[in-house]
Amino acid sequence: MPILEAKNLTYTYSIGSPFEKTAVDHINLQIEQGEFVGIIGHTGSGKSTLMQMMNGLLKPTEGTVLLDGKDIWEKNADRRAVRFQVGLVFQYPEYQLFEETVYKDIAFGPKNMGLDEKEIDRRVRETAEAVGLREELLEKAPYALSGGQKRRVAIAGVMAMEPRVLILDEPTAGLDPKGRTKILTQLSAYQKRTGCTVMLVSHSMEDVAKYVSRLLVLSHAKVVCFDTPSNVFARGDELETMGLALPQITRVFRLLRERGITFPDEVYTVKYGAELLRARLEGRDPQC
Amino acid sequence: MLKDITLGQYFPIDSVVHKMDARYKIIITLLFLVMLFWGQHVTSLIAGFVFVAVAMICSKIPPKMVLKSLKPIVPILIFTGLLNLFLLDGGKTYFQWKFVKITEQGVQTSVFMLVRICLLIAGTSLLTYTTSPIVLTDAIESLLSPLKKLKMPVHELAMMMTIALRFIPTLIEETDKIMAAQKARGADMESGSLIQRAHALIPILIPLFVSAFRRAEELALAMECRCYHGGEGRTRLRVLKSGMRDYIALALMILLFAAVIVLNIILH
Repeated sequence: MPILEAKNLTYTYSIGSPFEKTAVDHINLQIEQGEFVGIIGHTGSGKSTLMQMMNGLLKPTEGTVLLDGKDIWEKNADRRAVRFQVGLVFQYPEYQLFEETVYKDIAFGPKNMGLDEKEIDRRVRETAEAVGLREELLEKAPYALSGGQKRRVAIAGVMAMEPRVLILDEPTAGLDPKGRTKILTQLSAYQKRTGCTVMLVSHSMEDVAKYVSRLLVLSHAKVVCFDTPSNVFARGDELETMGLALPQITRVFRLLRERGITFPDEVYTVKYGAELLRARLEGRDPQC
Repeated sequence: MLKDITLGQYFPIDSVVHKMDARYKIIITLLFLVMLFWGQHVTSLIAGFVFVAVAMICSKIPPKMVLKSLKPIVPILIFTGLLNLFLLDGGKTYFQWKFVKITEQGVQTSVFMLVRICLLIAGTSLLTYTTSPIVLTDAIESLLSPLKKLKMPVHELAMMMTIALRFIPTLIEETDKIMAAQKARGADMESGSLIQRAHALIPILIPLFVSAFRRAEELALAMECRCYHGGEGRTRLRVLKSGMRDYIALALMILLFAAVIVLNIILH
């Protein structure tokens, strides 16, 4: 059974007013336990709305969201409990920090869950480490930190609830390349260590290609495809007409192919591409 | 959701009234208010009703929307109605029980007041339905500009109003986002005692204030970068222009008012 499932999910903003807009249009999805799913789509394709329905923050206009096969909008369903199980990190989450210290802010979620002090302490320290926050930062005021550090505190705040599904809405937006890679690598490590399900929303192919096992492409409120990255990137031309750029490395290899230098399959990480080229130059088989 | 609260309740459609010069709309609405409260006779109410009906038809605002604008004042209506009904004394007595007394005068005045307040709200809400808040501030600035001679900071006040209006939707959106984010971390805002609920607002208010200050600073910087230095010699992108339809509307309003005055004198 999929851990999270969307059936015929639809959301329309401002029904009945001149500003009516359908942001998510009859979407069907199945997310399996332990998957690392990437979600891409251009601005306004419905990514954020879809994610907010997945943890019960928005009530679907039509359709259902099933967590472990149970409708989260069922009568008497405890939606607060759903939110602890499906953690959602919003875009620019650093703007939601409010406590006096980093420690207290990370502890906000676990505290709301009603955990005891010892358990909260364990979770705060563990997640702070997972996102690479040094011990001494825990007692600082969040507003004294740098942008990248604040972002990490906010992500840790959701991770500390130890959700079974962790959804991140553009966690790398506005960070420099180094900060981006760092957050994504830590996230990937966290996912491998805990075995939880992660859904990563992004509009950068570069970001998602390296880490995800499946890629969901949204365009104009609908699902275009939901497949492995290589299968998705194989439809590169189609993606480009939707305003989504392929990873740069993929484009380089496509141009090479146009010039007659062919490689067995599509390349979408720099590491793999570099290995292919090195192997070709040294006249051996690639080792990955 | 918070976003559904439309401030100024502007209803953007295409109609003659929407196209009118906002300054004339304000003046006409003011005349309408004076007419409603000046007339002591039922004719002023009839004239007020005619005004609202005509304005509603010309502006293509659905009657449902106008009725909706009356909804928030229902408690005030009930209160005024009851107060007038029981406290006024005069004419025939319809009902008496100890000190509670309903008289002819009371019934008359309370009905009169109710209709008057309903017309007042309906008429003014038509102004805000057909005029966007920003245009409205522009018009107010233009109407108040003679006061500049008296050293009133008219432009500054208008700019403050414009900025405030401009940022209300932004801040509402921001509040929505922050609330959603804290809810995602299990914040509970809907249950508990009053003190618990007030406490639950802290995780929303602090980030909201921080962001408001940040925005204010950025906006001030951006305005300075574009050499904003107050109203002196500043030209506008949207110039308020009056035309035939504005003159006609104003003339009709004055005629209506005059008719009410004449009828009042004759009938008294």
